[in-house]
Amino acid sequence: MVAFAATAMLCLFIASGSVDPAYSFHVYLFAAASVAAIFALGNRYMARPAMIPQEINGKPNYNMAPVQFATVAAVFWGIAGFTVGLIIALQLAYPVLNFDLPWTNFGRLRPLHTSAVIFAFGGNVLLATSFYVVQKTCRARLAGEIAPWFVILGYNFFIVIAGTGYLLGITQGKEYAEPEWYADLFLTVVWVTYLLVFLATLWKRKEPHIFVANWFYLAFIVTIAVLHLGNNAAIPVSIYSPKSYIVWSGVQDAMFQWWYGHNAVGFFLTAGFLAIMYYFVPKRAERPIYSYRLSIVHFWALIFLYIWAGPHHLHYTALPDWAQTLGMTFSIMLWMPSWGGMINGLMTLSGAWDKLRTDPVLRMMVVSLAFYGMSTFEGPLMSIKAVNSLSHYTDWTIGHVHSGALGWVAYISFGAVYCLVPWLWNRKQLYSNRLVEWHFWVSTLGIVFYISAMWVAGIMQGLMWRAYTSLGFLEYSFIETVDAMHPYYVIRALGGALFVIGSLIMAYNLIMTVRQGEAAEPESAPALVPAQ
Amino acid sequence: MSTYTTLASFAQTAGLLYFVGMFLAIAVYAFWPRNKTRFDEAAQVPLREE
Repeated sequence: MVAFAATAMLCLFIASGSVDPAYSFHVYLFAAASVAAIFALGNRYMARPAMIPQEINGKPNYNMAPVQFATVAAVFWGIAGFTVGLIIALQLAYPVLNFDLPWTNFGRLRPLHTSAVIFAFGGNVLLATSFYVVQKTCRARLAGEIAPWFVILGYNFFIVIAGTGYLLGITQGKEYAEPEWYADLFLTVVWVTYLLVFLATLWKRKEPHIFVANWFYLAFIVTIAVLHLGNNAAIPVSIYSPKSYIVWSGVQDAMFQWWYGHNAVGFFLTAGFLAIMYYFVPKRAERPIYSYRLSIVHFWALIFLYIWAGPHHLHYTALPDWAQTLGMTFSIMLWMPSWGGMINGLMTLSGAWDKLRTDPVLRMMVVSLAFYGMSTFEGPLMSIKAVNSLSHYTDWTIGHVHSGALGWVAYISFGAVYCLVPWLWNRKQLYSNRLVEWHFWVSTLGIVFYISAMWVAGIMQGLMWRAYTSLGFLEYSFIETVDAMHPYYVIRALGGALFVIGSLIMAYNLIMTVRQGEAAEPESAPALVPAQ
Repeated sequence: MSTYTTLASFAQTAGLLYFVGMFLAIAVYAFWPRNKTRFDEAAQVPLREE
């Protein structure tokens, strides 16, 4: 409480001295959030229960309210992020949609889209599932009572600061790390609390073995902390200004950026979601993991290889040639753990393949693994220097990212959310399996439109850029290559629209599950009164 | 030889040995016959909760 009061005072002090209106707005938001936190803590103190039991009748008293909040937030941010993606896809096809306003132009909306889908949607899915899985597989209540709420609410507050900052023009211009120094510092506090809550829950586990999903979550949390600190080592111009300068310079800065950037893919979008796979696929298929030994090799190989793959973003730049080759080599070696993990997930269904016909949620997760296999095959291919000279800076990269992001990350997330909502709200089943089928087919069609349009567009773009006439001149001016992209951009936007529609179907289905679903078991069985 | 070359060649050879060593250690741990029952049991963790 004292800390929040001090933050509120400090914020008001900074706001009084700031000259940048967007920055003042953010500082006031921080002050308001601190005051709200003081009230929330006060209320909780007044209404505090005598002692929250760790176990009730020998069963762990799981703390699922923060998980529920993060699940709802994930669905909300998912739809918001997909919609912004659709808007910017349409802007690329029809530039008039930029409206000539600073707040709505592509340059500001694009980081809004990437951060909303990766950090707001993906991040909340990871927070929700990690807090769920760590409790269930440790058979222990989440550590702390206020700390988990601080993590969930603090993280979502960071999302609001980041998103409004992009629209108002506050950015440090680092891809996937656009928020400025004050937002970064706040996120560091939230993230360290997250790590501590996770570790403390593992510490008090009743299960002797730490389940493999928790290893993946832990790798994700620790690595993201290290990456965040490394890539955001910046010195603010003044405490009254949102602007800061990074301490790294030149090619070192570029290498830090892509060490961060690629491991945002490797640890945020891969390790974290593999943790989801290792818990939710066995759970849903009601089969044990195909090979637990393979999962151990998978884990260590993946984390040791991924961290070195970043230099493949800097082929043919000022980065030393051996470092480029190293990045390429490690990317190619990643084929092994990636496919090992995919096979382990898919083979978990052995003996339960018939469930694919009847359970659309399981089908969604299996298709996500297929997309995982496909995009982790494509990625190393694109990291080979010769291929990269064609693919780099083209829309092929965008297609690759989206086959991973939509096909793998979003689909495994949808699968997990479809599992979580009935479990968390104590419902027997989803409101409608038919709607899940619709979601599945509509968005799968959307992904296919998206990625095939981008493959064709990207390779065409790359070939046009390198085409020479017989006299040695470039055959096409840049604007001709832009013009040639138009039909593919329209198809891409169509794919995006289908994906947004699919997510709306999901949201409707989930709301109806919570509102109308049949209770799985009596909400809270009245405690038996012992006979006198 | 410049410091850069010395450091780079050290990183390249030591890195290779370190990673091959790590990989062997992990593979031995994962496939050690005595660990089999522990791992088979761990694979069941999501299925026997509450």
